[in-house]
Amino acid sequence: MSTNVTLLIVMGVLFAVGIYLLLERSMTRVLLGIVLLGNGVNLLLLSTAGARGKAPIYEPGIDPGDYTDPLPQALTLTAIVITFAVTAFMLGIIYRSWVLSSADTVEDDDEDLRVGQQSPFDFEEDSPIPEDTSEFDGDEDTQATTKNPGEARA
Amino acid sequence: MIDAPLSAVSFAPLAVALPIFGAALAFILRRHKRSQRLVTIGFLVITLLLEIWMLATVWDGGTYSITLGGWAPPFGISMVVDGFSAFMLVVSSVVSLAVLLYATSQGMADGDEDGPVSVFHPAYLILVAGVSNAFLAGDLFNLYVGFEILLTASYVLLTLGGTNERIQAGTTYVVVSVASSVLFLIAIAMIYAATGTVNMADLAVKLPEISAGTQMVLHVMLLVAFGIKAAVFPLSFWLPDSYPTAPAPVTAVFAGLLTKVGVYAIIRTETLLFPGGDFSTLLMVAAGLTMLVGILGAVAQTDIKRMLSFTLTSHIGFLIFGIALGSQLGMSATIYYVAHHIVVQTSLFLVVGLIERRAGTSNIDRLGSLARLSPILAVLFFIPGMNLGGIPPFSGFLGKLGLVQGGAELGSPLAWTLIGVSLLTSLLTLLAIARVWNRAFWRRAEDATDPDPLLLVGVEAARGATYDIVADEPASRYSDRGNTALLPNGMVAMTAALVAVGLALTIFAGPLFAFSDRAAAEIINSGNYIEAVLGSTSQEAR
Repeated sequence: MSTNVTLLIVMGVLFAVGIYLLLERSMTRVLLGIVLLGNGVNLLLLSTAGARGKAPIYEPGIDPGDYTDPLPQALTLTAIVITFAVTAFMLGIIYRSWVLSSADTVEDDDEDLRVGQQSPFDFEEDSPIPEDTSEFDGDEDTQATTKNPGEARA
Repeated sequence: MIDAPLSAVSFAPLAVALPIFGAALAFILRRHKRSQRLVTIGFLVITLLLEIWMLATVWDGGTYSITLGGWAPPFGISMVVDGFSAFMLVVSSVVSLAVLLYATSQGMADGDEDGPVSVFHPAYLILVAGVSNAFLAGDLFNLYVGFEILLTASYVLLTLGGTNERIQAGTTYVVVSVASSVLFLIAIAMIYAATGTVNMADLAVKLPEISAGTQMVLHVMLLVAFGIKAAVFPLSFWLPDSYPTAPAPVTAVFAGLLTKVGVYAIIRTETLLFPGGDFSTLLMVAAGLTMLVGILGAVAQTDIKRMLSFTLTSHIGFLIFGIALGSQLGMSATIYYVAHHIVVQTSLFLVVGLIERRAGTSNIDRLGSLARLSPILAVLFFIPGMNLGGIPPFSGFLGKLGLVQGGAELGSPLAWTLIGVSLLTSLLTLLAIARVWNRAFWRRAEDATDPDPLLLVGVEAARGATYDIVADEPASRYSDRGNTALLPNGMVAMTAALVAVGLALTIFAGPLFAFSDRAAAEIINSGNYIEAVLGSTSQEAR
């Protein structure tokens, strides 16, 4: 089986550029990266059909080996449609992000930053327990704490 | 191909076609909210009944294949129904029906004028269709299409409403999903180049014939692609960033179903395409790290939704552990655990949706008094919470027990380490759940920092269950809701129903484990699958 070297080189370039763009912060570039990667995969699918041959339409008298393999073409078509849907959706997201914040960059997650910066000391869990927590002694400590917010509970 | 007599299995393609048809109809009816709701629920109920019928057919064993369009198997597209896939279909449909009813009840309680609710129903049905297609696919490319259907629908659901944080979370999610899909597609192209087929049964026959090095490359690529979807460490970091921002029902259904589809694909890869467990050591290490890193993340969180997202990724580790064991016991426990995990994780997310409605926040620092204000919420949280932590009578304990038995049966040092890690993870899960319980349910709201005013008004006032008790509160959260119920009956009922399903998994554990044993035996012996798809002629090739 022989394959088209030009196709393979183009595919390699598409993958390299696509992955580079995917790592950018700007969402538009990420989208371009996705498009290039999608096309790179399409070329890969196409090259799995082997060397080019006749169109895969049945005609009597032609050796089956002379036809080009139709299945990768079907797979490629499906993949193109899927990439199209994802591209359209990403464009919608980018536009929405532009409308909301006049920016199309991928932001760091706020909650992750907060968890990363929080102090290892947690007041509720790590603070020393007050000496007397018993509610059975009837001492003024526990009564005082239960009394004043009690009105709110009604 | 053998022409099977007409049975439930012959209708398997309808499990995919019905939801898609329903989605089209629901989209046409987008201006008529009532009929749209009815159509969506109706189609999902019919699909569920069909899947239950299919499960009943394969309950005692047997693998069936349906060839679409009448093209003979290695060329045409086949769908395969065996115990495992039928079981997954039923569990996923039960969960999605419960979540749909929950979402519908929420929409009705809120007057559903706000937000693009009309997109929700069609997108939801398409998600269900994608999940069913992935479970039924007997063809790698069809599996890819199933993944893409469910992912595209999930993009829409995740960014529903298009607020700033959902767009941010959606971007992460879309880019990561696309990256995994590209990897999967590359793997498919390379597999096709190497073997000349994408039919899974045919692949099972032909893959062992190619060189070991090529096999390893293909195997690794599939595992990485599915590992991203299943959120296996170190490919799991996208999940806790993207899931919690979505609306509660959407997060719930994602948590239940999407990662499990990835796990399902990994199981098929390990049992059918590349049996022999070449990567079981790698999978075990990944499983251990998934459990530990995930649960340590969960313990650090203050938002319940994020905490649950971390426990979700953490417990994927249990499933991977079961797969890596490669024994029938391990696989059987995995099948049971998948069902348990789908139901429990979804019900917990539904409860958090209720907590958010009742208390205005899901941040545990700001919550308090919930056990007193709303005992039903406390019960609904407590049962699945303990279930997740693996406390004895519940299904979580039974599933973990099966996995530990499977590990002990294997007996290697790595397996014993994994048993230790899984027990530690259960303990830490319990700690994470207990933190939520102590703060949100037992602590008094007065002691919380900046508690929501809803938590401070008395029980009697809150029993009026309306938002206008805090009408003077300036937050827009209340003003745009108006006079809506705090805890609509439908939402509570659906959550309770799902919690009850979780309990049923415990009560019927005996027959279920017997069934999962049969299903595991069937998928481990891949000869059944190959024979069902390709017919008995190819048996000697095995």
